[in-house]
Amino acid sequence: MAEVLVGLIVLGLTAYAVLGGADFGAGAWDLTAGGAKRGGAVRGMVKRSMSPVWEANHVWLVFVLVLAWTAFPVAFGSITSTLYIPLFGAAIGIIFRGTAFALRGEAATIGEARVLGAVFAVASVLVPFFMGTVLGAIASGRVPVGNAAGAPWSSWLNSTSLLTGALGVVTGAYLSAVFLAGDSERAEQPALVRAFRARALGAGAVTGALAIGGLAVVHADAPRLYDGLTSGGGLAMVIASGVAGAATLTLVWTERYGAARATAAAAVACVTVGWALAQDPYLLPPGLTVSEAAAPDATLTALLISVAAGMVFVVPSLWFLYRLVLQGRLDQSYEPLDQRFQPLRAGDSDSDSERRAP
Amino acid sequence: MLALLAAAGDVGGALGDTPNQPDLLEARQMQALSFAIHIPLVCFGIAFPAMVMFMEGLWLRTGDPVYKALAKRWSKVMLVFFAVGVVTGTILSFEFGLLWPEFMATFGGVFGLAFGLEGFSFFIEAIFITIYVYGWDRFPPRTHLLLGVPIVITGMTGSLFVIGVNAWMNHPVGFSVVNGQVTDIEPWKAIFNDNLWHEIVHMYLAGYLVAGFLVAGVYARAWLKGKRDRYHRIGLIVPLTVAALAAPAQLIVGDWAARTVAENQPTKLAAFEGLNETEKGAEFTIGGVYTDGELQYGIAIPKLLSVLADHDPEGSVQGLNAVPADDRPPVNVVHWSFQIMVAIGTGLAALAAWYLVVWWRRRRLPDSPWFLRAVVAAGPLAVVALISGWVTTEVGRQPWVVYEVMRTSQAVTDADGLEIAYVVLVVVYLLLGAAVVWLLRRLTATKETVG
Repeated sequence: MAEVLVGLIVLGLTAYAVLGGADFGAGAWDLTAGGAKRGGAVRGMVKRSMSPVWEANHVWLVFVLVLAWTAFPVAFGSITSTLYIPLFGAAIGIIFRGTAFALRGEAATIGEARVLGAVFAVASVLVPFFMGTVLGAIASGRVPVGNAAGAPWSSWLNSTSLLTGALGVVTGAYLSAVFLAGDSERAEQPALVRAFRARALGAGAVTGALAIGGLAVVHADAPRLYDGLTSGGGLAMVIASGVAGAATLTLVWTERYGAARATAAAAVACVTVGWALAQDPYLLPPGLTVSEAAAPDATLTALLISVAAGMVFVVPSLWFLYRLVLQGRLDQSYEPLDQRFQPLRAGDSDSDSERRAP
Repeated sequence: MLALLAAAGDVGGALGDTPNQPDLLEARQMQALSFAIHIPLVCFGIAFPAMVMFMEGLWLRTGDPVYKALAKRWSKVMLVFFAVGVVTGTILSFEFGLLWPEFMATFGGVFGLAFGLEGFSFFIEAIFITIYVYGWDRFPPRTHLLLGVPIVITGMTGSLFVIGVNAWMNHPVGFSVVNGQVTDIEPWKAIFNDNLWHEIVHMYLAGYLVAGFLVAGVYARAWLKGKRDRYHRIGLIVPLTVAALAAPAQLIVGDWAARTVAENQPTKLAAFEGLNETEKGAEFTIGGVYTDGELQYGIAIPKLLSVLADHDPEGSVQGLNAVPADDRPPVNVVHWSFQIMVAIGTGLAALAAWYLVVWWRRRRLPDSPWFLRAVVAAGPLAVVALISGWVTTEVGRQPWVVYEVMRTSQAVTDADGLEIAYVVLVVVYLLLGAAVVWLLRRLTATKETVG
């Protein structure tokens, strides 16, 4: 049962890495879009794509946290108390990011939108970086069992963690560019399609190079993890991820963004699954195995029943949401983010009929 | 249960020794601050979807575009509050682990299930709130209304499970402690404990009071400024009626809550009223300061505490000194927060009565501008009562994180630097608060379309 729950946590992490990661990446593109005028088009597209889905995408993180503390409470307490600095940083980043994004929709001047946008975008880069360092710290065996028993700084400021942090940022940017290229195509914005295609190709190349080059870093810093990634299931997943990544680049090159969406997600999924396989059977290598860390059976059974029951509701709901989104039924009309602040377009697009109010 | 009581206070933290944390108070204040930010948003999660759907239902029945304009406007506010609530709720999840790793490591297996169920509620809420708000005019009207139903249901189930955890912390069941180890876990029993039912009803009603009065207050202000058109009139009456019906009911549920506390957590009840010695016919003191083992400078009402706790003027109420000094909560904080909650709750019920009586006899709102001013004040006051209520129950639980099983000082992290984190968090929340106020002003300044 404990293995099933690990599987669910990996599933949740994968979903968060793909869906949440793409949202973070969208923030990174928002950050690098350029000045208010030049970047308006990209920012408008980011906003349009993210608005309907970001809350649902974000919930995967809560799902992972809840499963972790219920099924593996000792590991959870050890991780949070040792890695409190990056986790606190991520939490603060999440506050800034979510709030700024929600509020930017109501900004009335370009100045307000610029401040909120900058906060949103900077936080979008910091959160996946911190999250990445946390995963790197766990994978490289730097989280001992105990209340704040690990090193507060070197546990996450080391070569493996910095690598995973950087991978967290660029992977999101890459996924996001692929998704946004597809969304721009649906919104019939050829200039934006080209812009995001170029970004997807660039970010894909960087991500791939970093992932392959990173193996050398892992080899030097965390030999056990390296062994796991270069043998058995771990190796299979690393190869599969490389194949999916290459396929994505090809699909993006040939402008087939729908299929690229799937392969890009698969490439990321292979990494999270590969990581899990590489450190199997340990939850907190090198000391704590999954079976040692698991809560008693009564808890695991109840949790699995709840997850199964919950999925009965969540899966069709999610399917419904993404179907509506991909069909464009929830689409907002696209407008560059700077244009709504021009005098004639101020306020909600439908507010001109206000005068008819009795 | 016997094993549990015998082992009271003897549970060992699953991560090892009791931490030596000099900044325990900072950790508690960070957690309290985060809750105080999150809980008012939860009120909107509980109560607002039903109010929005009621408004949309009125539109479907009458075809009057004013109803639709209000429903649409409110739904946008609902989404913003939900988005901020997603964020503040995530922070809470982080803080459980960051601040209280021993608590999570020791009892995560007992109460975690409730959060799992809450997580799913939250998930479905996130999905449908998006579809609902972005789906205006994209679906047939009746379908759109139906898409709101899951938001209403999950808003209630989500808070049910979280309150289940809090109720469990106050009345821990569903496990035993043997040799300092937590065993015999029964997760379902832990969630659905006896304390859950009054807490959840109390919180649901609080949700309707806070959301109802806050929304009504926005339109009451517009009335005071002379905007008395149909849009503002309906915007005032609907939430005001909701809150006015909840306010008197809350007094009755509050009484139920007090009696359950008297039974399950007598020390907490004694702290409400600074009662040192166990007494029959105990008095209720309004105001006062607890010094040297008694409440001084307050107005005492004979036998009222016995009536409240036991429904018997001669009933016996257990005093604080029934437990060692180390096991008592800080009395003044609990006493004052309890009094503030009760005072505001009573005031809100009086305001509700004023409104309901005038409405019942004359079919209109009370004329007086003071009534409108009172409605404007009622929203913030309801928030104050809400926070005071939570301070009452949570500080009243101290020094325990799990009542009579684990001390808060055992649960805390052993990490350094809590003061720094505290300062950062305060600054972040001040910015967040300023941003939300800015947004609400923006939303009330612009008008919604009718049509």
